[in-house]
Amino acid sequence: MGKLDISLCGINIDNPVIPASGTFGYGYEFADFYDINKLGTFSFKGTTKDARFGNPLPRIAECKSGLINAIGLQNPGVDRVVDTELPKLKQVYDKKVMANVCGFSLDEYSYVAQKLSNEEQVGWLEVNISCPNVHEGGLNFGSTVEGAAKVTKAVRRVTDKPIIIKLSPNVTDITEIAKACEAEGADGISLINTLLGMRIDLKTGKPVIANKMGGFSGGAIFPVALRMVYQVYDAVKIPIVGIGGVESAEDVIEMMYAGATAVQVGAYNLVNPFACEEIIDNLPSVMNKYGINDISSIIGRAH
Amino acid sequence: MKKFIYKIKENINIAKNTYKMVLLGDTSDIGKPGQFINIKLQNKYLRRPISICDYDKTSITILYKVVGEGTKIMSKLSTGEELDVLVGLGNGFDVSYAGSKPLLIGGGIGIAPLYNLAKELVESCEVINIILGYNSKDEVYYEEEFLNLSSKINLHIVTVDGSYGKKGFVTDAFADIDLYSYFYTCGPMAMFRAINDIADTDGQLSFEERMGCGFGACMGCSCKTITGNKRICKEGPVLFRGEIIWEN
Repeated sequence: MGKLDISLCGINIDNPVIPASGTFGYGYEFADFYDINKLGTFSFKGTTKDARFGNPLPRIAECKSGLINAIGLQNPGVDRVVDTELPKLKQVYDKKVMANVCGFSLDEYSYVAQKLSNEEQVGWLEVNISCPNVHEGGLNFGSTVEGAAKVTKAVRRVTDKPIIIKLSPNVTDITEIAKACEAEGADGISLINTLLGMRIDLKTGKPVIANKMGGFSGGAIFPVALRMVYQVYDAVKIPIVGIGGVESAEDVIEMMYAGATAVQVGAYNLVNPFACEEIIDNLPSVMNKYGINDISSIIGRAH
Repeated sequence: MKKFIYKIKENINIAKNTYKMVLLGDTSDIGKPGQFINIKLQNKYLRRPISICDYDKTSITILYKVVGEGTKIMSKLSTGEELDVLVGLGNGFDVSYAGSKPLLIGGGIGIAPLYNLAKELVESCEVINIILGYNSKDEVYYEEEFLNLSSKINLHIVTVDGSYGKKGFVTDAFADIDLYSYFYTCGPMAMFRAINDIADTDGQLSFEERMGCGFGACMGCSCKTITGNKRICKEGPVLFRGEIIWEN
């Protein structure tokens, strides 16, 4: 049996498979479906300072090989996450969790990051500077080199835990943004967040999503994500978490060939709640098929 | 929630654009009337959430109306084909509130989950009044099935165009019912508003919403209630009358 464990920003995890933020809640509800301790880790729902309901409905639209979402960062707020959600998680999960940090200002990013960083259960801070569904905040920071650098610097100041900056694909040159994050002290980069998209209802002639546009994810975006992981691998020395359209053990291997140290599974969790468990179970036989003994040895093989 | 493969035993047209499908497989995760299943279809990314009309130890019956591409694909499926289905989704109706004379109100395809609810209620209740609302005669389904459940059932059928039963909306049939202890309903939002305007007991309403996952992960179907944010797929689809915020 091949070796599945890897080191992600200095923390060893049993395998490189990670449910992506926004598709796994705060984890504990998935423990009813299978033992979530089988996961490498998971990234919990994007968390802001205050509770948010998010955008008006409808906020889901189906596409060919994917979906558009415009949830708008619905979450109970960081205090409630610390007081209620993390204790619930602790009862069913004994590994480190990846805390997804969101904000609408540098102060908010710092505030949320510091609060979550104090939690023993939190292993990494994944800083989301790329949510396409909130107007005033996230995406503005993630869409410029200067904005990305400022958020990274602000979060770096408040934590010693590894920080992974989650990047948007909706930019001209993602490698420049990744380099700026690395220069300001990021320990890793995760990419890609969703692609901005829309659908229009043929009967009404109006957008399906109440917010008009939303983030497109699912199997259709895999080649785009793979290409960007490949490019960023050439641009930075810090580890990359590959995200976008991953649906199988084969996709995990391909993403790691492109340069990912670990891989997140997002939209596919929504279609198959057992997806991550099935992918982890299938990895050894797929590794065997391609003569891979140690999964960490294939990172960046395509270069 | 569980994921199983089911075999289609039957998939037939029972009224205009309305189909009945019987699936054979594990039903151990279904516990209450008003829960739903979520069906994976070939060439469709998201699953199709459909409420359970009835179930027993080895089969699930669903009724669905062809309204879009997904339900059109479903209507073309044949006996013997297999489907990947999530079961045991949603909170379902709470029958403990029914009292001795509950009123059930269904509009259109929203009638489907009321069948299993009525079945659950017949033993403990004295009388069950059921109002079934359709657009027209050619859309009427399950009249006999409801009547065959028990002699305790009083059925009141209304059609919008008056081609069958009483002419009008489900609320027009309220005049024919002297007393009810509680109400349960499933159907379109406009019907819920009309019922809320005239009903004089507490009740439970089963909502429909565009869903991503159907099991509480994506937050796509959240709604605001007096008791906090709820996911229609997880803390719903059934909400109590008293917790609903009636936004215009």
